[in-house]
Amino acid sequence: MRTKHFILAFYLLFMLIPIYWLVNMSFKTNAEITQQLTLWPENFTLANYTVIFTDPAWYMGYVHSIQYVAMNTVLSVAFALPAAYAFSRYRFLGDKHLFFWLLTNRMAPPAVFALPFFNLYSAVGLFDTPLAIALAHCIFNIPLAVWILEGFMSGVPREIDETAYIDGYSFPRFFVKIFMPLIAPGIGVAAFFCFMFSWVELLLGRTLTNNMPISSIMTRTASAAGMDWGLLAAAGVLTIIPGALVIWFVRNYIAKGFALGRV
Amino acid sequence: MARIDLADLGHAYRPNPTKPSDWALKPMTHVWEDGGAYALLGPSGCGKTTLLNIISGLVTPSQGRVLFDGKDVTDLAVEKRNIAQVFQFPVVYDTMSVADNLAFPLRNRGMDEAAVQTRVAEVADMLDLTADLTRKARGLTADMKQKISLGRGLVRANVGAILFDEPLTVIDPHMKWQLRAQLKQVQERSGVTMIYVTHDQTEALTFAKKVVVMFEGEVVQIGTPQELFEAPAHTFVGYFIGSPGMNVMPATVEGGTATIMGHKIKLSRAYKKLNAKARIEAGIRPEFISIAAKKDGIPVQVKRVEDTGRFRIARVELDGLPLSVVAPENAKIDGTTAHLSFDPARMHIYADGHLVRD
Amino acid sequence: MDKPINNRAWFLVLPVFIIVAFNAILPLMTVVNYSVQDTFGNNEFFWNGIGWFTELLDPSTDLGGRFFDSLGRNFMFSGIILAIQVPLGILVSLAMPKKGWGVAACLVIMALPLLVPWNVVGTIWQIFARGDIGLLGYIVNAMGLNYNYTQDVLSAWITIIVMDVWHWTSLIALLCYAGLKSIPDAYYQAARIDGASRWAVFRTIELPKLRRVLLIGVLLRFMDSFMIYTEPFVVTGGGPGNSTTGLSIDLVKLALGQFDLGRAAAMSIVYNLIILTTCWIFYTVMVNVDAERKS
Repeated sequence: MRTKHFILAFYLLFMLIPIYWLVNMSFKTNAEITQQLTLWPENFTLANYTVIFTDPAWYMGYVHSIQYVAMNTVLSVAFALPAAYAFSRYRFLGDKHLFFWLLTNRMAPPAVFALPFFNLYSAVGLFDTPLAIALAHCIFNIPLAVWILEGFMSGVPREIDETAYIDGYSFPRFFVKIFMPLIAPGIGVAAFFCFMFSWVELLLGRTLTNNMPISSIMTRTASAAGMDWGLLAAAGVLTIIPGALVIWFVRNYIAKGFALGRV
Repeated sequence: MARIDLADLGHAYRPNPTKPSDWALKPMTHVWEDGGAYALLGPSGCGKTTLLNIISGLVTPSQGRVLFDGKDVTDLAVEKRNIAQVFQFPVVYDTMSVADNLAFPLRNRGMDEAAVQTRVAEVADMLDLTADLTRKARGLTADMKQKISLGRGLVRANVGAILFDEPLTVIDPHMKWQLRAQLKQVQERSGVTMIYVTHDQTEALTFAKKVVVMFEGEVVQIGTPQELFEAPAHTFVGYFIGSPGMNVMPATVEGGTATIMGHKIKLSRAYKKLNAKARIEAGIRPEFISIAAKKDGIPVQVKRVEDTGRFRIARVELDGLPLSVVAPENAKIDGTTAHLSFDPARMHIYADGHLVRD
Repeated sequence: MDKPINNRAWFLVLPVFIIVAFNAILPLMTVVNYSVQDTFGNNEFFWNGIGWFTELLDPSTDLGGRFFDSLGRNFMFSGIILAIQVPLGILVSLAMPKKGWGVAACLVIMALPLLVPWNVVGTIWQIFARGDIGLLGYIVNAMGLNYNYTQDVLSAWITIIVMDVWHWTSLIALLCYAGLKSIPDAYYQAARIDGASRWAVFRTIELPKLRRVLLIGVLLRFMDSFMIYTEPFVVTGGGPGNSTTGLSIDLVKLALGQFDLGRAAAMSIVYNLIILTTCWIFYTVMVNVDAERKS
C-alpha cells in the first residue's frame, strides 16, 4: 500500500515540476532568470504577459491557433459522424480496406506530407490561411474521429434505428434528433481528441503558413538570437491553459474515452 | 466443514446507526449447522449479499462476531477463512485451462503437484468436467464457467463453506434446472455447508433444506420450505413465498374469534390479550380457503378467475378487500358472488407483521 | 448480429473519403512523381527511374548512410521509450486510486502533458534541463555529474528520453487504468478467496484484461515515437552533431531545408512503407485478439 502511494506521488510530482518550472519562469524578469536559480519568483512580474497581450505579432498567434483548431474540430466531427454510422451499421464494398486505409493516415508521419502539402495548398491558393491548417489536420483527425465514434455507435442497439424508422422518422431527422443525443459522450470524446491533436501539432502548421500558429511563433522566437526566456515561458504557459481547461471540463469522460481503447 | 455462528452480528455502512433504516443488517444471532444447505432469500436490498460478504470476509461487520466451529474469524482475512464463493457473474481465469483453474487455489497454497492433480481429477469428476479439463476457460459457456467457479471452491478439501451469490443469474433458463440439480447433488455428496443467496423462491425452495428469509436487513424466518409455507413467521414471508402469496387481512382478535371486515371468524385457539397499539392482521394461504356458490360462509364478490393449468385462482373481494383463493377444477364459481370458508387451523394472527405465537 | 450489406452506405462515407483522399492521395502522388525524377532547377524534370531509391538503400552512399543512421536512431529511441513507458505506465495505472476525489485529480494532472503543444513540451524541457536556468540541469550538475544536452551526446539522449517519458507515459497509464476499471470486483474477490498473491492477481486477471489496450498503447507509442519531430527539434535541433536526428528531422531538412526533392521523396516513400507495414502487423494482431475474445 505504501509503495503504491509513493509511486503515484512520485509520478505526479514528475508530471508537475517541469510545468511548475515554466510557470515560475514566466513570472520572473530576465535578470532574475539569468543571475541565479530561484525556486519561486522573487521579483514577481507580469511584464512577460503584458508583452504578449499587447503585441499583435504574439496574440494573433493565439487567435489563429484557436481559429484553425476550432475549424478542424468541427470539420472532423461533422464529416466523421455519417461515416462512422456507415461503418457501425452496414457492410459495403471495400469497407474493411477503407477503414484500414483511414487508420494508416492517422499513423502516417507528418514529415512525409510537409513538402507535398506545401505544394498542394499553394496550388489551390490556401497557403497561409487557418483553413489550410484545419484541412491538413483532417488527415489524422478524421480517421481518429471515425474510429472513436464507430466504437460509441456500435454500443447503441440497432433496434433503436429500426424503431425510429417505423415511427416515420427520416434518416437525417432520426440522426440529429435521436441518434446524436444518444452518442453525445462519444461526440465529446471525439471532439476532445481532435482538439488535442490539432492543438499540439507544429510541423504542418509551420509548413503551411508564414508563422501563423502560436507554436511556430514560439519556435521562431526561441531560435532568434538573445533568448528572451521569460517571454518564451509566458507564451508556453498561455498555450497550456486552453488544454488544461478542456481537460477540466471533460475529466469525467476521459476515462470513458480511453476505455474504448480507441485513441 | 464448519458450523457458522453469527453472534449479535450487525452492519451499518455509516457509523453510529440510530434509526432502523441506518442498518444494512440489523443485529442478529443465529446458528447455521455444519453440512447444511441454506438459502438466503429476500428481495433486492434486503441485506442478503451484505450478510454473505460478512461471512466470506469481504466485508467487516460494524458489530458482533462471526464464528466458524466456535473459532472467532471476524478479523480474519478472506484467504485465511476456508471459505469459497461463487459470484453472480462467472469468474474464471481466462488465460488458463480448466484444469489450471481448478488447481489455482491449491497451487496458491503451496500444495504439492501430485496431490493437486488428484484433487482436480476428483472434483472434475464430481462436476462432469473431466472431458473439458484441457480446454481454455475463455471460450466456455456461462454455465460451464459457473461450474468451474464452484469447482475452485470444492477443490479445497478443508473448505468450511461455499457461498453462492445468485449464481444462476446469467445462466440460460433450460440450463438452470440442470445446474441446480447438480449443485444439490454435489452438496449431498460432499457434505459441505452451502449458503445460497437468491431472490427467486423456486431456487431457494428447491435447493435448500433450510431457507433463511430476509426482509429490510432482518432475518424474519429460518425454516424448512414446509415451515415457511405452513407457518410464515412474518407476513412478508407469507406473501413472498407461495404463488399467489398469503392473504393478509386487517383484523381484531378477541379470545378465539377474529373479526375481519365485520365478519366473525373462528380461530383454532384462544389468544391472550394482544397489544392494543399493534397492527393486528390475520393471514391465511389461498390454498386453505374453500370457495363455493352455496350460501354458507362469508359472501364475496368474484372479480375474475385465472387458470394456471393445475388449478384455478379466484380473485375475489371481501367488502372491497382483495383476496386470492385456490379453487379446485370442479368447483363452480361462475357467478359474481360466492362464499368462502377459512380453515381455522391454517389461520395465523400477526401483530405488527410478526406471528403471534402465544 | 451480422450487419446488413448496403452499398449505399458509401454515400455516408464519401465526404470523409474525399477530404482524406485530397490530403493523402494527391500529396502521395506528388511524392511518387518526385521520387522518380531529377531536376536541374527551373522546374525542368527528367526521368530518373529508381535511381533515388538505389542511392537511398545503399548504406555506402552519403544519402544511404545518413538514412540508415537516422533509421537506426529511430529504432533505438522507440525501443528505449517503449521499454520504459510500458512498464511504468502499467505500474502507475495500478497505483491510481479506484474511486474518490483522487481519481479526477490524477486524471487531470496526468492528462496535462498530453495537451501541451509539442513545441512547448520541447520548450519546457529545454528550459528545465539547462544547467544554468533549469532546475533539473542545475541539480544534476550540482551533484557533480557532467550533464549538458547541447554538447554531450549521452546527455542529449537522456534528455529527450526523459522528456518523452514525461510527455507520453500518461497515455499508457490512462489506457491501462481504463482497462483495469473494466474488471469487475468479483474477480478480485474470487482471487482473494483463492488465496492468490498480488503477483498472481496481476498475471492471471489484470494482464490478460490489459492485452488489448496495451496493444493499442504500444502501437500508438511506437508510431508516434517513430515519427517524432517537434520535441527533439526544439530541444536539441537534432544535435549535438546528428546524434538525435531521427527520420522526420532528417526528412524535413532534406525536403524543406535543401529542397532536394527527389531524394526527399524517395525517403518519404520508404519511411511511409515502414510505418504502413508495422501498422498492418499491429492491426492484424488486434483483429485476431478481438476475434479470439469474442469466440
